[in-house]
Amino acid sequence: MSQESKKTTNLTIALEFKTSTFSVPVLILATDDLSMLEQQLALKIKQAPEFFKNAPLVLDLQEINKQGYVVDITELVGVVRKAGLLVVGIRAGNVLQNKQSLELGIPVYSAQGRDSVVENKNLVKVDDVALISPVSSKPEEIKVSVPTTLITHPVRSGQRIYAAGDLVIMAQVSAGAEIIAEGNIHVYSTLRGRALAGVHGDNEARIFCFDLQAELISIAGNYKVSEDLGASVRNKPVQIYLQDNALIIKDIVLHH
Amino acid sequence: MARVIVVTSGKGGVGKTTTSAAIAMGLAKRGHKTAVIDFDVGLRNLDLIMGCERRVVYDFVNVINEEATLNQALIRDKNCNLLYILPASQTRDKDALSQEGVGRVLEELKKDFKYIVCDSPAGIEKGAHLAMYFADDAFVVTNPEVSSVRDSDRMLGILSSKSRRAEQNEEPINEFLLLTRYSPERVKLGEMLSVEDVQDILSLHLLGVIPESKSVLNASNSGTPVILDEKSDAGQAYADIVARYLGEDRPHRFIDDKKGFFRNLFGGK
Ligand SMILES: Nc1ncnc2c1ncn2[C@@H]1O[C@H](COP(=O)(O)OP(=O)(O)O)[C@@H](O)[C@H]1O
Ligand SMILES: [Mg+2]
Repeated sequence: MSQESKKTTNLTIALEFKTSTFSVPVLILATDDLSMLEQQLALKIKQAPEFFKNAPLVLDLQEINKQGYVVDITELVGVVRKAGLLVVGIRAGNVLQNKQSLELGIPVYSAQGRDSVVENKNLVKVDDVALISPVSSKPEEIKVSVPTTLITHPVRSGQRIYAAGDLVIMAQVSAGAEIIAEGNIHVYSTLRGRALAGVHGDNEARIFCFDLQAELISIAGNYKVSEDLGASVRNKPVQIYLQDNALIIKDIVLHH
Repeated sequence: MARVIVVTSGKGGVGKTTTSAAIAMGLAKRGHKTAVIDFDVGLRNLDLIMGCERRVVYDFVNVINEEATLNQALIRDKNCNLLYILPASQTRDKDALSQEGVGRVLEELKKDFKYIVCDSPAGIEKGAHLAMYFADDAFVVTNPEVSSVRDSDRMLGILSSKSRRAEQNEEPINEFLLLTRYSPERVKLGEMLSVEDVQDILSLHLLGVIPESKSVLNASNSGTPVILDEKSDAGQAYADIVARYLGEDRPHRFIDDKKGFFRNLFGGK
């Protein structure tokens, strides 16, 4: 599902940057009535709970904005999250909605994103709300190449960072912090918190860090907790990747 | 330009109020007009540490509710006429503080004072949030033990994401580490984290280390900030901290017998 782009090699550090393309379902909203939305969403999910479980989702606001409805993005995202879906972007939002969305750490995609959308004619209309049919094996797709998220300050206990693509952190990640990426994770300092790469199932995702002291590491749902990390891999630069569904932790050897 | 300093920690009982009183007094003693505000509504004790508890008429909440003017509520310190105390209310709860009200009082204080020291309550709830929200500088008070360090880290996250400066995309709050109740003997025994350990976990600029000291208890019993006890180790440590904050170079003291090592590591910064 991921499409690798040109590899860049750094002479001193054995790292790798990738651009990936993801398929993400889009939820087209047609009402500002959040309780109605909540109800119908629940109904939809009941039809295919496995399909929807922790599914990433882009919210399309074009229809409601065209109708002049006013929705609070925070509340809207709350409703969708409560239903067990993970909002990874909004599309066709207005200035205020985009601002609210970014404050929630949710990326904003422009309406032009629709150009590359593979329209799905099997949309099931339920009253006001159009949802993607879970029975259709081919959900509407939005193709976006997600930019890398760069964080230059320490990620402190209690903070959570989500990146829709790769995540590069130039400072330490404290115990009690959580960094999550759909792509790769790079930490150019000490990693003490929880790091989850490839959270949408990308088996190719990797975690790189300068000093492994993590509470938890996970790639595409395969995880190890601190207790599982032996002394041989702790406190040094490592890369972590999946091989035959097993997490491999390997030293990064720096060439000087 | 006036500066708002928050003394914060997340965890309770680590020495925030002791520190607020000491540094406010230290700044005032060095000629800067300073106000110190008790944000611990319902659990006030800054007035006790400052020895002005018997002169409290109006408090912070009265000023916020415009039941008293700032001048009516500010208590001039008995030892230093450049230092004023704004006590907390003992009879209200933390909901009596509003962000708008706190902002208004701080703006008014900024017209007249060089430094405004905000003594934060414990926790990360409303009172602690309001104490740090308007800050320019943060003194993060930490004890050398794991839970205190963790709470400080959490508070640092809040400072960098939930403060006014963060929300308005301004330059971030200057964060300083104050390691208090430090006991080199217990570090040696492995009962406490070392300065180095704490620095490693928090990666924060160390403003100073305050030793565990009986002088702190004596000072609070007599209602005089410990910094006025110039012979005491804790008093000297706080004086160093004030000097460093004001831009002076002072070698770190009271760390342990590996003094030379730490001098090399932290000295002259
Ligand atoms: N350096 C120190 N040495 C010994 N005791 C201290 C020291 N700093 C603070 N204390 C004591 O710790 C207790 C809590 O201090 P306080 O300043 O009230 O903490 P906080 O405001 O963070 O709750 C008080 O009893 C105080 O006397
Ligand atoms: Mg206190």
